[in-house]
Amino acid sequence: MIEFESRTTDEGVAVVRPAGRLNMVAAPRLRELLRDVVDGGTTRVVVDLSATDFIDSSGLGALIAGLKAARQAGGDLRIAQPTEQVETVLALTNLNRVLRTHDSVDAAFDGR
Amino acid sequence: MSPIRLAGLRILIVLTALLGLNYIVWRWLFSVNWPAWWIAVPLVIAETYSLIDSLLFGLTMWRLRKRPTPSPPPPDLTVDVFITTYNEPEDLVLATAAAAHRIRYPHTTWILDDGDRPELAHAADELGVRYMTRAASWTNKPRHAKAGNLNNALLLTEGEYILVLDADQVPDPAILDRTLGYFRDEKMAIVQTPQYFVNVTASDPLGSQAPLFYGPIQQGKDGWNAAFFCGSNAVLRRDALMQLGIAGYVEAVERDVHRALRTAAKVVTKARAELNGDQEEIADALDDVTVAVHSAREALRGNRPLADVTYDFQQRVDAAARRIVDADVGSMREDLAAIAALESDLHDTDTPVAVLDDAALARLAEREWSPLGAIESVRTLIRAVDVGRDDEAQPVLPMATISVTEDMATCMKLHELGWRTAYHHENLAHGLAPEDAGTMLTQRLRWAQGTIQVMFRENPLLQRGLTLAQRLMYWATMWSYLSGFAAVVYIAAPVIYLVFGVMPVQAYSWEFFGRLVPFLVLNQLVFFVVSRGTPTWRGQQYSLALFPVWIKACWTAVLNVYAARPLGFAVTPKTRQEHGATPWYLVRYQLIAMAALVLASVIGVIHLALGNISVLGVGVNLFWVAFDLVILSVVIPAVRYRGFRQEETA
Repeated sequence: MIEFESRTTDEGVAVVRPAGRLNMVAAPRLRELLRDVVDGGTTRVVVDLSATDFIDSSGLGALIAGLKAARQAGGDLRIAQPTEQVETVLALTNLNRVLRTHDSVDAAFDGR
Repeated sequence: MSPIRLAGLRILIVLTALLGLNYIVWRWLFSVNWPAWWIAVPLVIAETYSLIDSLLFGLTMWRLRKRPTPSPPPPDLTVDVFITTYNEPEDLVLATAAAAHRIRYPHTTWILDDGDRPELAHAADELGVRYMTRAASWTNKPRHAKAGNLNNALLLTEGEYILVLDADQVPDPAILDRTLGYFRDEKMAIVQTPQYFVNVTASDPLGSQAPLFYGPIQQGKDGWNAAFFCGSNAVLRRDALMQLGIAGYVEAVERDVHRALRTAAKVVTKARAELNGDQEEIADALDDVTVAVHSAREALRGNRPLADVTYDFQQRVDAAARRIVDADVGSMREDLAAIAALESDLHDTDTPVAVLDDAALARLAEREWSPLGAIESVRTLIRAVDVGRDDEAQPVLPMATISVTEDMATCMKLHELGWRTAYHHENLAHGLAPEDAGTMLTQRLRWAQGTIQVMFRENPLLQRGLTLAQRLMYWATMWSYLSGFAAVVYIAAPVIYLVFGVMPVQAYSWEFFGRLVPFLVLNQLVFFVVSRGTPTWRGQQYSLALFPVWIKACWTAVLNVYAARPLGFAVTPKTRQEHGATPWYLVRYQLIAMAALVLASVIGVIHLALGNISVLGVGVNLFWVAFDLVILSVVIPAVRYRGFRQEETA
């Protein structure tokens, strides 16, 4: 089963870390969680994918939905440290052009 | 065996059987001491067990077959020699490989190294023999020990015949010249030669040599076309093994698909019930899977080929997965368009809206990444309804994998398919036996466990394709491994009489001995005649004295087969274990039994002095105790044994 850890950094960036398989069963929960974070006023979000073993189309859908919510609220959603399978799926679908991957959670919002 | 000798032997077998039956019928009907049923019934059952063992032995000897040496083989057969190793020392493996290389008949020698040792690969290369380890397909799949090692090699080589050797079995250069001739018989699948050990003293304290088995028993089984394959020192016909592999593959696919589909509807319904209310897409997809399951079951009932049934099923499941992916992609596209609109409002830039590549997205619906995989039970189900045997490294597994002793199971399958086997009674390889009691006990436990596994998984009595005699020949070997329970009763009965004065029989009368003793005498005479002077007493001792091993084998095998518990399987070490103090704990149950027998004798004599029990009763039971002690005492020199070289130089 998947678990979601979330925290807020000193810079006011929300960090969400899905640990496990981000699949059809888990994706709705991530979608909801990201919406709640943005609605709560934290519009800069990093999804830490270092413990996400697997992602499918539903998982990708949840990330994009989160990106949309963040952008509409004037913020952004970025992803950090994807595992091999996640990186492969992102590259294959070209989504890595929309969701650029960052090497670390801290570096995700550097430079802005 | 000459016709006259054989006729004499058969008369002896019939007489023994008649005397035995006469005794046991009388025991059941007229002599059980029912008031003391708790020992009387176990004893009469143990005796019945032993009589059946004796009858099966008689049946085995009935067609004792000593084959004449076959004509030399045709010159152009292709042969692979497989030397299987896991953790044996390199020099041992290389000595066997060098000897295999020197076998005169043209062949290719292979070292099959399950230990994956680069040094051994290098040494094999220098020696001029081939070297092989498991292919990549075995990663994360069941390895099936030695059977897996052989199966891997069978698919990567091509000789028509295969000589299988354990790492310690040094072959004679003539081994193929002497055995390949049997394959002129086109239905001959296996030729087994004896396993003979060079590092065994004349007294053979560990009972390593098996002169009764590699002799009369194999020759007797051979007479019924049931000579056993024993895992090493045997030549096999590749064709027969491959047929076995394919038959096994078809059987496994049928079984797996049927089994998966039988429970499929329940699996999907359960998965659907566990969904949250808002997961409609998933619910719809699962409904599609349910439809696929129903139509697959219907197709199976209509006897459509499995290939079609599984293909249709996979297509439908893929379509269901694709619908989920399409829905996800649809909402992603909408989201991306919304993001793009937002961006162009703000920055007036051209952000990539149409990034999603359709061909790539189709891959998201493929099995590996399918969203349906999210539900573990459904994923397992989908994988099972296919013809690829995803659970195994190779779909075709010629060597049977249902047991830790792959040899017996494989041989039985070959007999079921109508193949023949032969036992060639000539030592053509010289091996190494275990040199300490611990290793010996591990090995015996493993053989017993394997045999009992086959008994429960594929009971020979129920296998179609075997003749009645073949069924009984396999059954006889399995039956003999149940002797541990009888041994406990044979130890307990005299102890109970001497201590408590409780008799399992109504009377130790002359009628009792008049029926029992002639049977026992004739039974030993059969052994004496068939073995023609080779010592079989060690074997008889061990079959009772190792009762804790046999009992442990039975219950671990039962737990393994019916509760999927591991056997605690161990590879038999081919080198001597380190010696410290004498490992008495290995035979603690035997020592406890011996102490109980001695103590009971003392108590019995005291009872006698006080006039509590009869002279005849005590006399008979003291004799019985003496017999038990002689049998059990075999374990004492066994645990004290220091190995072959030490004994010779001592």
